[in-house]
Amino acid sequence: MANIQDNIDQSDKLGMEIVKESPDDRLMTLSVGPQHPGSGHFRFTIKLDGDYIVYCDPDPGYVHRGEEKMCEYRNFIQNIPHLERPVIHDSNNITYSYSLAVEELVGIQVPRRGQFIRAIASELNRQVYTLYWLAIYGIFLGHSTMFMWPTGDRELFIDLLDALTGARVTHAFNIPGGVRNDVPNGFKDRCLRQIAYFEKRLNEYEDIFYNNPLLRQRTEGVGILTKEDAINLGVTGSVLRASGVPFDVRKAEPYDVYNEIDFKVQYMKTCDSFARAYVPLLDMRESCNIMRQLLDKMPNSGEVRAKLQPNPKGLPGEAYRRVESGRGALGYYIVSDGTPKPYRVKISVGSFRNILALPHLLIGAKLADMPSIYWALNYWPVEADR
Amino acid sequence: MSEDSKKNKSANTTNSPSSISSPPPKPAATNNQSTTISSSTSVTKASPSPPPPKPAATTAVAKKEPDPPIFEKGLVGQISSRFGDKVKVIYIRPLRIKIYVDPINIVEVAAFLRDSMAFDHAESVAGTDYPKDNQIEVSYHLGSYSKADLGAHILLLATRTNRDDARLPTLINVYKSVEYHERETFEMLGVYFEGHPRNERFLLPEDWADIPPLRKEFRIKGR
Repeated sequence: MANIQDNIDQSDKLGMEIVKESPDDRLMTLSVGPQHPGSGHFRFTIKLDGDYIVYCDPDPGYVHRGEEKMCEYRNFIQNIPHLERPVIHDSNNITYSYSLAVEELVGIQVPRRGQFIRAIASELNRQVYTLYWLAIYGIFLGHSTMFMWPTGDRELFIDLLDALTGARVTHAFNIPGGVRNDVPNGFKDRCLRQIAYFEKRLNEYEDIFYNNPLLRQRTEGVGILTKEDAINLGVTGSVLRASGVPFDVRKAEPYDVYNEIDFKVQYMKTCDSFARAYVPLLDMRESCNIMRQLLDKMPNSGEVRAKLQPNPKGLPGEAYRRVESGRGALGYYIVSDGTPKPYRVKISVGSFRNILALPHLLIGAKLADMPSIYWALNYWPVEADR
Repeated sequence: MSEDSKKNKSANTTNSPSSISSPPPKPAATNNQSTTISSSTSVTKASPSPPPPKPAATTAVAKKEPDPPIFEKGLVGQISSRFGDKVKVIYIRPLRIKIYVDPINIVEVAAFLRDSMAFDHAESVAGTDYPKDNQIEVSYHLGSYSKADLGAHILLLATRTNRDDARLPTLINVYKSVEYHERETFEMLGVYFEGHPRNERFLLPEDWADIPPLRKEFRIKGR
């Protein structure tokens, strides 16, 4: 490690950060990404000494859109559709905390039925995201069945969300004050039927994928992130829970109706890559349990949305609200100066926090372990870039 | 940009923002240390209940400040009894406390928050540009994983620096988790973090040759 640093220091600085390195016969530099295979839209440079990774430098930003700047040009309502673009597969969760923060600034209360519908939509969307992630995780570890099955089962939840919101992927369903529309007829029965089927499927996932000896060999004991390191690096979501910290925003700081739901925070103590892949499965099971309770407790009638004046103005002040998304805590810090447009919006996303663990885990690991470490970080490049 | 920052390295964090130097509004909790000890029991009741949707108090001038709940009072008391006039505690709403500090004291205060109050990681670092005050505010959102009582709390550690020569001491030696967040703040707002190993481009394109885009004078083309 020190060796490489010397090489960089001795080289000529060509510009702002273009560095000419002196050639080194021993080390091989490898650029992974940013155009797919194997990294998502995310580039990172690694250096190899034989089979071992000795240097890793993440370079996100390939799909940076300037969401935070765009927010300053649009009013609180206009911001909703473009804010879900960073994670279209989890679009209900990324607009959820935005809505919570705006509600706090504008000072409105969501009706009870609206709170339940919101929570159901976000649980469904979390399943959609986690299944998508699992499919990619499966294919990059060479298990093509695990690509096909979650992609197919994901359609169940997409169809439910389609019936609920009218759109398959980008829903723009959560708005400050509640949700856009009420649930369709027969939604509860359909939802319960799909959940019952999906729970059976989860057992099959476990048999064919998680109990597969090849997968276990490739992931168990690989990429150890100890509890202390996980806390110091400030990782979140399944990465944190796989390192033995039972932290879930739904439990730690319950929003809307989550304090009425009885559920357990799923976590593991083995701290390895397998745990980081297995915790999402446990989360999906628990999410089925949460959805049953939400459907059961939802009031049969009532308003789904509080009346909001057109072009609402936020009270001068600031708000920081967060929800648990598929990738961990997702927070919005909004500063309002009393106009209809936010003065500053900062999106704190789980993906951006989790890549800090990537160099930490990769340095010292074998190149062959790179996919299992990288994908288990539950990293969504577009969300991290914003 | 790196040339600029090298040139100004001698100029230090002497700029004391005007808004911080005003005396701290004592939130009626300064001599209330006893609550900190007894608060652990009260929190289990307080935290699961959803916070009432109260309009947030104003940031800079807290005029009609609501009285903080007992647990927040304890936290506030602990901080202000330790640092006195060095910090200005602003209570926003239940579960959210904001502290203003001068850039000179930020490392000391952060170390205290980590070691004595178990705020062990930073969730995000948000820079906000205030051209009217000619200042940039950088706020660290600190949370706690290791203490279950504090799981719901976010403590905002905020400081302000001069806009023309924006530089702050880095908190990377206290909170490892701020590394990429500070780097992002550097490129988006042009705040140079002294002691940070890489004040460099991160998310922007490699050939970016404009002012930091989250400063207010940067306009999106055509808007």
